Amino acid sequence: MIFEGAAGQGIQTITSLLLPVLRKSGHHVFSCMEYMSRIRGGSNSTEIRVTGKPRRAYVSRIDLLLALTPLAYERLHGRLHERTLIFAEKQTFGEHWDERCIDTPLGRFATEAGGAVYSNVSAVGVVLAVLGIPLERCVAYLREQFVGKGEEVVAHNIKAAQLGYEFGLALPAERRPKFPEPATELRDDSLMMDGTSALGIGAIAAGCNFICSYPMSPGTGVLTFLAARAKNFGIVVDQAEDEIAAINAGLGASYAGALAMVTSSGGGFDLMQEGMSLAGMIETPIVVHIGQRPGPATGLPTRTEQGDLDLALHAGHGEFARAIFAPGTLGEAIDAMQRAFAAAQRYQIPVIVLSDQYLLDAVSTIHVDEIERLPVKPDIVETGQDYKRYAFTEDGLSPRGVPGFGAGIVRVDSDEHDEEGVITESFEMRQQMMDKRLQRLEALRREALRPTVIGDPREAKIIVVAWGSNRGVLEEALERLDDRRFAGVHYAQVWPLAPNTAELLGEGRKKIVVIENNALWQFANLLHRETGIAAFRRILKATGEPFSVEEILAKLTEVTHG
Amino acid sequence: MDSQPEPFAMPSSTDVAWCPGCGNHMLLKAVRGALEELRIKPENLVMVSGIGQAAKAPQYLKVNMFNGLHGRALPAALGIKLANRNLTVVVESGDGDLYGEGGNHFLHAIRRNFDVAIIAHNNMIYGLTKGQASPTSQRCMKTPVQVGGVLLEPFNPLAVALALDAPFVARAFAGNIEQTRAIIAEAIRFKGCAVIDVFQPCVVFNKLNTWQWFREHTCELPEDHDLSDRIMAMQQAFRSDKFPLGIFYRNDKRETYEELAGIGESPLFRQPPTSDEAFRAMLDAFR
Repeated sequence: MIFEGAAGQGIQTITSLLLPVLRKSGHHVFSCMEYMSRIRGGSNSTEIRVTGKPRRAYVSRIDLLLALTPLAYERLHGRLHERTLIFAEKQTFGEHWDERCIDTPLGRFATEAGGAVYSNVSAVGVVLAVLGIPLERCVAYLREQFVGKGEEVVAHNIKAAQLGYEFGLALPAERRPKFPEPATELRDDSLMMDGTSALGIGAIAAGCNFICSYPMSPGTGVLTFLAARAKNFGIVVDQAEDEIAAINAGLGASYAGALAMVTSSGGGFDLMQEGMSLAGMIETPIVVHIGQRPGPATGLPTRTEQGDLDLALHAGHGEFARAIFAPGTLGEAIDAMQRAFAAAQRYQIPVIVLSDQYLLDAVSTIHVDEIERLPVKPDIVETGQDYKRYAFTEDGLSPRGVPGFGAGIVRVDSDEHDEEGVITESFEMRQQMMDKRLQRLEALRREALRPTVIGDPREAKIIVVAWGSNRGVLEEALERLDDRRFAGVHYAQVWPLAPNTAELLGEGRKKIVVIENNALWQFANLLHRETGIAAFRRILKATGEPFSVEEILAKLTEVTHG
Repeated sequence: MDSQPEPFAMPSSTDVAWCPGCGNHMLLKAVRGALEELRIKPENLVMVSGIGQAAKAPQYLKVNMFNGLHGRALPAALGIKLANRNLTVVVESGDGDLYGEGGNHFLHAIRRNFDVAIIAHNNMIYGLTKGQASPTSQRCMKTPVQVGGVLLEPFNPLAVALALDAPFVARAFAGNIEQTRAIIAEAIRFKGCAVIDVFQPCVVFNKLNTWQWFREHTCELPEDHDLSDRIMAMQQAFRSDKFPLGIFYRNDKRETYEELAGIGESPLFRQPPTSDEAFRAMLDAFR
């Protein structure tokens, strides 16, 4: 189902009312959105998938379209099929009107209910009726959502929903979409959220207590998520004057013992690169979330892409250790954020969590038991009189003291330094310090997260590799393909790569297909560089949209024919 | 610590990277004198600096030190203060670092008014990069880049600080070590963002603004100067006949950022991990 409307017409309200009602009615839901970079007007749309089993991928096929603007046809017609039901007002839809359309007088319902603003709620009423869900289930949510605006507004909303509902009930049976049966077992302990919330939950699970950032879509959501919970969890939240300030403040806080993070998108992260390098030099933990969107430059501010992998891999001058996570599900997002904090603390390095607009905005469900808390320990020691911040140790990791905890002093310097943090120009010391800082890469490689395997790669002839947000589409496409010649491998950590990578990919004896949302096959390149295994086929997309299941399915079918 | 005669002294073997006769030496003495007078424990003080010769100052004091990136001393200092407000935080860097590369941070540090003393070494030139103009260079001074002479009016740090309502604004001269020490001590004691612009010569690259030049071009604030009068302070900051020395303005009533933001007394490193109970309660909102 697709709900289309201008910014300001309340498409998000439709989603926030429908999703919980659908879920409480026993359905599995997945939702994602696409929107223009503007505050009012234009044409935005939300996809809600109602499925018989849990899904976390976007499909292009539209069975039901509710259109509030004349732009809907132009933007979405390629995704309609013969039996798509289109709910729209005849005068808005104009010349494209055909037998699939149902004239739905939402404007009249809204006026009757109290004003034009209620047309979105009338639309919810229509949809509930055609889906066969009792209206009462929605009334409680309407009350909850609008009670702050007064009883009159609540009453208007309920009236608007009723008018839409009655209209929907009056439609003949053939004008109703076929709908999967509700799941037999209604699982009350599942949670519904978007990717942003999952990352925020992961940060709180890890004990994050400091975030300093400058707003930039789509990375801002993590900042607002933590700000809303700052009081409860004792999180210091600061809106920086720019991204340079954000990461330097994060490093200052981390130096003083905070569990610190910053969030941004690729463009903001560009400005943070010097901070990455500083973190590497002063061996100070920091977690950096990059919500990718299409670049270069301002690009498509509200769309999706996986174009910043190379940036994340190479950001910051000089050579130093880092780790990069790229979660693909809600569970992986919660997990990745905790792993990021744990690795940053353990190895005293900058760690990046690489997401994208699609993952951040997509809503799906997760069972509460799937949420695991990993131990994240701020690795801090009480200092003694003769404390040396960069003392040489066997594994290259010096016990980390913080100022004000113990009798010692803690000296960090962005210049090359000796064990005490004193500036040095000794070539021998430089070599020793480089070795010390890079030695931890070995452990990071050893401990790198193993990829998720779909099917049996040993039997398969073709291995489809994806990373980050493409996990859902990979899983569903392979399932629909149902072909033992195929297996899938998904990476939720993209640096360092898991040590079993070459073995998993058949040491070059299999055909490797790499799926990524970019134009220059950045992950395929990384695989090649790290393992010597070259991709046989690359499935790429850099339009600003995510891959649909149908698209991947078609491309994989081509592979078998080619 | 207090019992030691020179608690902030580094070993005599410390390699000091400053030129003989540089104003930095005098300023270091003034800072050390101020810290000794205040009897701060070295482990409870963090000195934060950026990059440049001035920014090496914390290297020569036995204190906690965060010597970060060029222009970024203030954001790092903010992070440190917010993570542990019990620490005394002092920023020491040069005019290029604080007013040029870090100009935006200078504005916003003052707007926030977190508790920090900013000691700006102002020698009106870039020394470490070999003599180009700084934001505070005098007009017409010739340099290897500004070959026809500096075209722009110098940045006026005191007027900018006053315009942003910095609650403590002062100017000192490294040649007047006693006054400089007293102002620095007062600034560190002050609760809020204290800005001290300190004149000092670069004896190698700045042939215009020498020890002699600073002596001739500075004066005391008028006897009837009212510290609490921001407009009067602004008039003194705008003077071009001579550059007055001393505390221009002081406002003890402005709330600090830590107070406004409700930052707790307990440092973040002592914060217990997120409790399972609170965590589960947060998850319930997503049911």
